[in-house]
Formats: sequence, C-alpha cells, structure tokens
Amino acid sequence: MSAGTGTVSMHGNRFRHNFLTALLLAPATVWLVVFLVLPFIAIAVFSVGERAPEGGYQAAFTLAQYANLPARATAFWNTMVLAPVGALACLLVAYPVAYYLALQAPQRWRLILLALVVIPFWTSLLMRTYAWMYILGGRGIPALLAFVGIEDVRLINTPGAVLLGIVYGYLPLMILPIYVSLERLDRRLLEASADLGATPLSTFLGVTLKLSLPGVMTGFSLVMILLLGEYLIPTLLGGGKVFFIGNALVDLFLQSRNWPFGSAIAITLVLVSVVVLIVANRISNRVAGARRVDLI
Amino acid sequence: MRAFVIAVFAFLYLPIVLVVLFSFNAGHHASEFTGFSVQWYGKALSNPFLVEALKNSLFIATTSALLAAVFGTAAALGLARVGVRTRAVFDGLLGAAIVVPGVVIGISTLVALVQLFAVVNPFLASVWPGDQPPRLSLGYGSIIAAHGLFSMALVTMIVGTRLGSLDRNLVEASSDLYATPLTTFRSIVLPQIMPAVVAGFLLAFTFSFDDFIVAFFVAGAQTTLPIYVFASIRRGVTPEINAIATIVLVASVLLVVLAQWQLRQRKPSN
Repeated sequence: MSAGTGTVSMHGNRFRHNFLTALLLAPATVWLVVFLVLPFIAIAVFSVGERAPEGGYQAAFTLAQYANLPARATAFWNTMVLAPVGALACLLVAYPVAYYLALQAPQRWRLILLALVVIPFWTSLLMRTYAWMYILGGRGIPALLAFVGIEDVRLINTPGAVLLGIVYGYLPLMILPIYVSLERLDRRLLEASADLGATPLSTFLGVTLKLSLPGVMTGFSLVMILLLGEYLIPTLLGGGKVFFIGNALVDLFLQSRNWPFGSAIAITLVLVSVVVLIVANRISNRVAGARRVDLI
Repeated sequence: MRAFVIAVFAFLYLPIVLVVLFSFNAGHHASEFTGFSVQWYGKALSNPFLVEALKNSLFIATTSALLAAVFGTAAALGLARVGVRTRAVFDGLLGAAIVVPGVVIGISTLVALVQLFAVVNPFLASVWPGDQPPRLSLGYGSIIAAHGLFSMALVTMIVGTRLGSLDRNLVEASSDLYATPLTTFRSIVLPQIMPAVVAGFLLAFTFSFDDFIVAFFVAGAQTTLPIYVFASIRRGVTPEINAIATIVLVASVLLVVLAQWQLRQRKPSN
C-alpha cells in the first residue's frame, strides 16, 4: 500500500491510477526483461546449440552439450564438495556469533557489533581475498614460520586455503539471517522451557535451534548458491589447483570460446541453485512454519 | 562463548588491518617491515593505468547507482500499488537478480548483448546516411546495465521495506486536509523514504565499485579498478596493491557506515 492508492481511488480515477503505476514500474520492467529474462533465455538457447568452428555459437537443437558435462567433472566435483562443506563451516562459526549477538551481548554493544559484521560483507571480496593471499603466500605466515625454524610450510594453493577463504568471505552473510531469526525469538519460550525442567542443552536443541532454523536455512542456502558460482576465491587462493565451476565458465567464455558448452554448464548451475533454494525452503517451512527471514 | 566471538571478530578484521599496515611498509615484503613510508601510495597514484581504471570505476559506480536509485524507488512505489499476483512476479524477478551468482549474470549478459549487437550493428550500418555508422559494443554501457540490475533490485527491496512501515495516519491526514496526491507524496512520503533511497544508492555504489566478476565478462575493452587489481595480482603481489586495496577498503567502509547510519534514521529532519 502506498500513499497514492487511497487518495486516487477515492476520486474514482482508475485510469490515472493504473497509468501512473505502469509508468513507475516501466523502467524496472524493461531492465529486468532486457538484462535478466532475455539473457537467461539466450543462454538456454545457446545450451542446446553447437560450437561454431571458429568459436562462438551455431544454431542447432541438440543435447550434446549437456551430455558433455562430465568433461568438466573435476570442476563440478570440487564445487559440489567445497560449496556445502564451506557453507557448513561458515554455519558452525557463524551460529555462536549470531547467538551471542542476539541473546547475550549487552544492549549498547549490539548495534555496533552487528555493524562490524555487516561492514566486511559490503567490502570488496577481491580485496579481502587478496589479504589472505598476502598472509598465506610465501612471504607471509610461511616466512614467519621459517624465521622460527619451521621450514617449507605450504599454505596457499591448497583446498584448505580455499576453504579458509570461503569461510572468511561468506561468514557475514551467514551470521545476519541467523541473528535476525534469533533476535525475533520469543524469550518467554526459553524461560518456560527452563521452568518445565528442561536442561539448557535440551532447551537449546528443542526451542532455540528449532526456531532459528529458518534463519539457518536462509543463510546456508544463500551462501551455498553464491559459492556454486564462486570464481575469485578458488582462483586466488587455490592457484589453478582447485578448480570451481566458475573457473570452468571463465575458461569456456573468455578463453576457449566454447559458448554453447559454457551455457549448458551455466544452466545446470542455475538449476542446482533452484533445487538448493527449494529444499532449504521446504526444510524451514516444515520445521518452523512459514516464518520468512529477509536479509535486508 | 565471548572468547570465541572475540576470536571471530579478530579473524574478520585482522587480514584487513594487516593489508593496511603493510601498505605503509617501506620494505617490499611482509617478512621485512623496514619502516613507515607512503611511497607505495605515490607509486599507485602515479600509475596512469591505475588512475584510468579508478576513474572508470567511479564513473560506472556513480551512474549505475543513480539509475538504480531512481528506477528502484519508482519500482518500489509502483509495486505498492499493484495486486498480489503482479507483485509476486516482480518479487521473484528481483529476488533472482539478487541471488543468481554474478558469474551467471555476467555470461548471460555477455551472450545476449553480443547477439543483440550482431543484429543491431549491421542494421545501423545499412540505415546510417554517413560513412561512419555508430557501432554498439561492450564497455561502459554494458557494465552500467549489468551492475544496475543487481543495484536496482537492491534499492527496490530496501525502499519497499521502508514503504511498508510508512505511517499511514500521516498519509490519510494529509489527504483529509485536501492535499493533492503530489503534495502528499512530496511532503509526507518522500521525506520518510529518503533515508532508504540514500542508503540504497550508497550500497549500490559500493557494490558496483567492488564488483569484479560481472564486469570481468561484460567490460569489453574497458578496465575497472577490480579488473586492474585482479590482473596485477596475477602478475605477482606487490606492495602497490596493498596501497590500492587500502584506499578501496577505506572508501567502502565509509560508504557502508554512511548507508547503515542512513537506514537507522527514524525521523526525517523536516
């Protein structure tokens, strides 16, 4: 409901009302259609096409590109393992932080701490990942370790470095929705549970964790979806040894120019993301009713 | 619990602090802190490629954030006037614009625009009277459009949330007192949603200024600051990058703090 609705319909001028609404929505509609819907249709069409001899696209109707997906099995495997593992690692670090912020932090500190969580989220992922490249790289921690006598420690360009980068990069995005769901939690339920003789652990498992599950699922699915398309972290911290789907896409579109195959991979990526979202939604709906957690 | 939380905050901020610290290092490497110096800032700011990339990024971020702020706010106002079904369609598309990974937005925009140019350019060449027909190509326009997609969705959501909590009594009082819809909008609605619009603009600017992956695909021959930094990182880590990273980090932190402060403004000044 906005300001105009009541006033205009009161004057009974439906046409003017509809015209103004259409005018307000027109730029956004054009933008969404031209730069979201049409591009998506374009890659869907490309994904059933063929690669032209000189690279690029040649019209066809074939599922050959999809049948060829196993050619990039390593990228899929790395992504499908490190995305859920990374999201889980994020969750394990994020939950206690969100719990502390929502239920234990002193009131006057709460907003400041929350801002401290939000700031890195809006700060360049490239720069933050670069910071770890600097720290884990040969002249960072390994050089310091060599100084105290521990030689030949290799940290960068390992799956461990990629996992660390993932947790570092996406932690804020995991903390926020969990914080929101915990903050909304009715504290009387916790007291009731304790009064009825529940141990702190069973109160946590039966009440707190259960009611914060929508936030957990929102955070988990968002982080996981963004990780499925991640490119910077495996490139900078995995050094070409840990390949993600994002790396395969950059290669296929910007280097080897096999657009139809790249489109098939992109469509698969989107489909997997949709499945992740649906499953996450189902789980949180089943457990805690339809309590949505919005991020912004 | 508290110790763990403190450790996590240290984990979040220590790497950033280290980069800032070492940007003032006179020596070349993290292992040799040889004294305070601003030489790397001097080197960075006298590098013409870097300055060019910085200017491009500032122009692209300002333009895409302005467009997003105007169109996103208009969309939020429009969505408050439509039925449930239309709203659901828009919410779905806007949600997709935010959630679909940047790499997919980047490649799909690239594919669509290249196809579009392949149709439009020959057409322009055939109808153009002069010798030099205009040629559409990837560059500023495509980066601004692709960034604007995410940013517009973001502004629509932030302003929409604010509209939802608008004080209806003020709006009704205004029309009861025979204010025209336009007057009501200007004097009641706009001041109340303005902090959200400004916050949306700042966050959109920050997103565009920091984005690497979308621009990487649709930049064509243009360079933005993150693209330049990425390329120099691949050539090898130099303290010059620490200086650029520090400038970018400080700028984004300031903008985000400003945006958060705007969002918390409950009562507008007028």
